[in-house]
Amino acid sequence: MSVLVDRNSRVLIQGITGREGSFHTGQMRAFGTNVVAGVSPGKGGTNQDGVPIFDTVAEAIAATDADVSGIFVPPPFAADAIMESAAGGIRLTVCITEGIPVQDMIRAREFVLRTRHDLLGANCPGIVTPEQCKIGIIPNHINTPGPVGIVGRSGTLTYEVIQGLGQGGMGQTTSVGIGGDPVMGLSFPDVLQLFADDPETRAVVLIGEIGGSDEETAAAWIRKTGFDKPVVAFISGRTAPPGKRMGHAGAIISGTTGSAQSKIDALTEAGAAIADTIEDVVLLTAARLGTQVG
Amino acid sequence: MKLLEYQAKQQFAAAGIPVPPGRLARTADEAAAAAQELGRVAVKAQVPIGGRGKAGGIAVVDTPDEARREAARILAMDIRGYPVRSVWCETGLDIDAELYLGITLDRDRRRLVVIFSAAGGMEIEQVAVEAPERIAKLWPDPFAGPQPWEIRELAFAGLAHSPQLHDRTSKLVSGLVNLTTRLYNVATSLDALTCEINPLVLTPEGSLVAADGKLEIDENAHYRHAAVAEELAKDETGDDGRTGDDPFEVEARRRGLTYVHLDGDIGCIGNGAGLTMNTLDLVKQHGGDPACFLDIGGGANAERVRNALDMVLLDPKVRGVFINVFGGITRGDEVAHGIIAARDELHITKPLVVRMTGTMEEEGRRLLQEAGIVPGKSAPEAAAAIVALARDPK
Repeated sequence: MSVLVDRNSRVLIQGITGREGSFHTGQMRAFGTNVVAGVSPGKGGTNQDGVPIFDTVAEAIAATDADVSGIFVPPPFAADAIMESAAGGIRLTVCITEGIPVQDMIRAREFVLRTRHDLLGANCPGIVTPEQCKIGIIPNHINTPGPVGIVGRSGTLTYEVIQGLGQGGMGQTTSVGIGGDPVMGLSFPDVLQLFADDPETRAVVLIGEIGGSDEETAAAWIRKTGFDKPVVAFISGRTAPPGKRMGHAGAIISGTTGSAQSKIDALTEAGAAIADTIEDVVLLTAARLGTQVG
Repeated sequence: MKLLEYQAKQQFAAAGIPVPPGRLARTADEAAAAAQELGRVAVKAQVPIGGRGKAGGIAVVDTPDEARREAARILAMDIRGYPVRSVWCETGLDIDAELYLGITLDRDRRRLVVIFSAAGGMEIEQVAVEAPERIAKLWPDPFAGPQPWEIRELAFAGLAHSPQLHDRTSKLVSGLVNLTTRLYNVATSLDALTCEINPLVLTPEGSLVAADGKLEIDENAHYRHAAVAEELAKDETGDDGRTGDDPFEVEARRRGLTYVHLDGDIGCIGNGAGLTMNTLDLVKQHGGDPACFLDIGGGANAERVRNALDMVLLDPKVRGVFINVFGGITRGDEVAHGIIAARDELHITKPLVVRMTGTMEEEGRRLLQEAGIVPGKSAPEAAAAIVALARDPK
């Protein structure tokens, strides 16, 4: 089992002809993702390594029945691409693009909500269900199937956790990057709910960072719903000074909001095990699953 | 990008929000001329931080001579590291009440929030703690913007705990509908993350005037606001090239790098914000002190890596550099080419520890090895190694 994407997902790539879009489309196909179409306005009718390209999302869906989209278009055009995707009926839009203006994202997110479809990101690494489907930029070779669900704000730390768990013999049901922007689509509680409903997910690793209060919200959600799968949490930015934006648009401690300690405290109270290092993530997850680190 | 008070007020005025008459002065003589024209004025230092008044950066003057003297004093000031480039000379207002009206990003609701309070003049965070009932909020539909009825609800709620304004409420509320609509247009047209009038002065005649202004524009939207950035640049950098910001961070911005300067001696470069933050955390855990946070971001090419290494080494405190790369959209071979080029062209002799894994890691590690740089695979091991090397380079 898995959440959001699996081998039946029919994937469309918006921005397929760009530098990143073309490179990662190749990577996704090598992974085994069923990439059925690309969209690049003005290049409709051509193809890229056999993937047909369309001018619009609507045309791509009509011709290929795509139901999931990955977005690699530059920031000024990305919010529009998200809305085009959801309006066309794509059930899950995954936006990789970093640097989208916040107010564009506020509108794009609301637009997607009103279509009742889902948005992942922006500024996220994407999503992987091992051996079935990958959308985004998570390296191919680190993913193995298994009982752990991963949800994280940081792309590279999500890779670290996937790799660490894999080396410890623990694969994933699905790894989900929700992104490092202050305004994003699916958030921690949304993804935790999906893992709650997935019988094969037996433990969850949550990767948070400084800024905002999404980790605190996740902790409150865990307590409120009585989420009963073990949660291992890793929070980066303990050494970050207040008032400085640490790379991600969302990673900033403002006043008393957003410190690593506040998140660690909230998650501890919710019963999560807090890992200090990636190595701890692996050990704590293994202990929760009752398996030996292999 | 934080606008200065006078720039925020120019934007407010252009949107039809009343502001007190004022003139910008970059010299003491210009301030004297402003006082000659306007009469009694407040001479206010233009710096992008709060607490100007307490620091002595605001003076009320009655004559042009006084204005010249005070402006000369203020223009020579440096307020918490920010040199004063200009003063805003503004006529005073008769004040009946000080209100608060602001628009900012609400991360929890993922919308803009309009905040109104009859308790203006102090920090809104302080009001939120001391008198939360005096704060009213509205989260407008991002496509429709705030509707008049919503703003009326907001205004009535914010005025409910101010009995002294009771008999003026109806006129105030209609004024606030107009003003809030205009301020929201400023916030959306300029991609503001913060757009605040505090205090919003109610005069005895019943006018609402923006006595101060705060505007911060989303960095991701700078490309849409080149004219504002250009205006801001005039005040940001003086003849001496100083901006008041950390000089290393200024240089990093010029180079287009995401860099935060810190106090320690180990340069930390990573790809991805979370990983780079974790790199700092690891260095600290192993007894070291990070000198900086430098995120080369996703998809960095060799030139960007070279640029990053060069940037980190500008800081003479740096005794060693830890490069931590987990390739996703970033390719290991590109990073390796950049590191090797930087070392050879910049003649780097300080210790470098590279930890590389992910996309194209094998090629990247092979390139590094051939060039005599030993790549580490585990991040904690690499962190321990750089801390040891920086302490004792032998």
